[in-house]
Amino acid sequence: MTRYLLQRIGFMLITLFIIVTATFFLMQLLPGTPFTNPEKLTDSQLAILNAKYGLDQPVAMQYIQYIGNLLQGDLGYSFQHEGRTVTSMISDRIGPSAFIGLQALVFGAVVGLLLGIVSALKHNSILDYGSVTLAVLGMSIPSFVFAALLQYYVGVKLGWLPVALWEGYSSTLLPSIALSVTVTATVARFIRSEMLEVIGQDYIITARAKGLKENQVMVKHVIRNALIPVVTMLGPLAVSIMTGTLVIEKIFAVPGLGEQFTLSILVLDYSVIMGITIFYSALFIFVVFVVDIIYSLLDPRINYKGGAA
Amino acid sequence: MTNTILTVEDLHVAFKTQHGKLTAVRGVNFELKKGETLAIVGESGSGKSVTAKSIMQLLPKATTEVTKGDIHYNGESLLKMSKNQITDLRGSEISMVFQDPMTSLNPTMKVGKQIMEGVQRHENLTKAQARERALDMLKLVGIPQAESRLDNYPHQFSGGMRQRVVIALALACNPKVLIADEPTTALDVTIQAQILELMKDLQKKTETAIILITHDLGVVANMADRVAVMYGGKIVEQGTLDEIFYNPQHPYTLGLLRSMPKLNEDRGQPLMPIAGSPPNLATLGEGCAFAARCPHTMTVCHTYTPRDTVTETGHSVACWLQDSRVAKEADKAELVESGNSSTE
Repeated sequence: MTRYLLQRIGFMLITLFIIVTATFFLMQLLPGTPFTNPEKLTDSQLAILNAKYGLDQPVAMQYIQYIGNLLQGDLGYSFQHEGRTVTSMISDRIGPSAFIGLQALVFGAVVGLLLGIVSALKHNSILDYGSVTLAVLGMSIPSFVFAALLQYYVGVKLGWLPVALWEGYSSTLLPSIALSVTVTATVARFIRSEMLEVIGQDYIITARAKGLKENQVMVKHVIRNALIPVVTMLGPLAVSIMTGTLVIEKIFAVPGLGEQFTLSILVLDYSVIMGITIFYSALFIFVVFVVDIIYSLLDPRINYKGGAA
Repeated sequence: MTNTILTVEDLHVAFKTQHGKLTAVRGVNFELKKGETLAIVGESGSGKSVTAKSIMQLLPKATTEVTKGDIHYNGESLLKMSKNQITDLRGSEISMVFQDPMTSLNPTMKVGKQIMEGVQRHENLTKAQARERALDMLKLVGIPQAESRLDNYPHQFSGGMRQRVVIALALACNPKVLIADEPTTALDVTIQAQILELMKDLQKKTETAIILITHDLGVVANMADRVAVMYGGKIVEQGTLDEIFYNPQHPYTLGLLRSMPKLNEDRGQPLMPIAGSPPNLATLGEGCAFAARCPHTMTVCHTYTPRDTVTETGHSVACWLQDSRVAKEADKAELVESGNSSTE
């Protein structure tokens, strides 16, 4: 197990390194530099700024310097906000994003599981068709469309919840719901098909032949076994939520990390772009890693001790 | 007869398909006596498993239906029982062992727990007592180091060991009837022999009646007291082991016995298969289901379904050749000849 873990962590670091490198050079391909856009700067002012932030160096040198700092855990200073470290900008903004994201994940998982389980239990009934239709809609319509619909109907027409901005708990609901739609749909479809597959397995007949009551069979044998593969979905779902927040935070004017990210790309705040990219990637790689570990704990057939893993 | 524990009467089971009802079991009759082993033999699709599952009522309600007939357990109709009564019987009075031990255990539950679940469902035992019972059962079916094996998962067992676990699970509550649906088909030959030996052994200890479903006549010869031969959803011949093996009356039984390769035959002897293929149940109408493949057909075989002809010993055959109303006129010489040659 230790060997496996070390190996995995090694691969995670390599993955992260590749992401950092690729992003760094891709970012340099964007037209302009952080200081070309808004202010009317004289050439000498520009030269001073470039020198201060190391932009007068060749790109290769900048890269080596950046990696050197990164290895010491230093994400550098913002190019646009005088004197602010990237680390502090991320930690200031992560709260709302994490809250909306986690809330969406919980909404999505709970509603999705309920829909999917009911669907499978009442297979081929009107309930089943209804929730399958909902799931297909949820998967095929992008979350920003739902965001706009929610803003218009729930926010403006009915006036139940705030349309945008970040003012207390009620403001978190619409963005979370908009974000959770994809999660709900994916989880519902997945658990439904998993359950239908498990119901057809021989060991379910064995469980019934033991004389177990139908609800015991469903809870202990069907749902439990069907839930295990659903855990693997959590990784991709976490990603869909992370990428979803970029747009959703913009639409609902949530002061989150996603909003900061889009903003920093627009103004070419190099160090912030890098910092947030690294943060998102590291988070994602970590989530996938954790999901794999959880999977091995849930499914006794999966064992990372052997060299085969 | 007080000795009879299970009676199946004129059982008809139909599958609901998109093209209407398809009757897979078309009038099955048999009795099971306490402590005996009844083998049900037949080729794939003859309705063996469907019959077995309808006794336990394990067929999916949405797609199957018992259209006619009844099943009595200790004089009570299983088909008229409530769902709760049936689940109370399952595992405690009537148990089942399935074909494939690789898939018939829950892969994510420890085997001890899987045995305990059934025990705790039917008997008022504490967890510790149930665990004790599970341990005893594993020892009984000959699993080495049973103590530590209780906490293993099914994938940590070999196929033969898993089938032992399945048998332990089925017998944990001391059922009166064990239905074994091809219990050795998925196992290799040496393991098959061990499992059959185990079942025979346990039957002596527990006096459980066994319905053994198989298509392997070797297994039948080894295990059964009585044999029922199924074809096209019906039992075409039923009798004691000796009657079926040494005095088969139905051309299909005869064909089955002849098609078995024999060790003492000369090498190079061609096998004697039954010509043709099993009937399509959807298009099967009146007449004998075997008529299309039977070497001894008469006109009557195609138009009327044969009734059971029963001898004093209880050997019954559903074949016009044995029916007294036909036998007078028909020329039996051919069958008598071929029958003799195979049973010498």
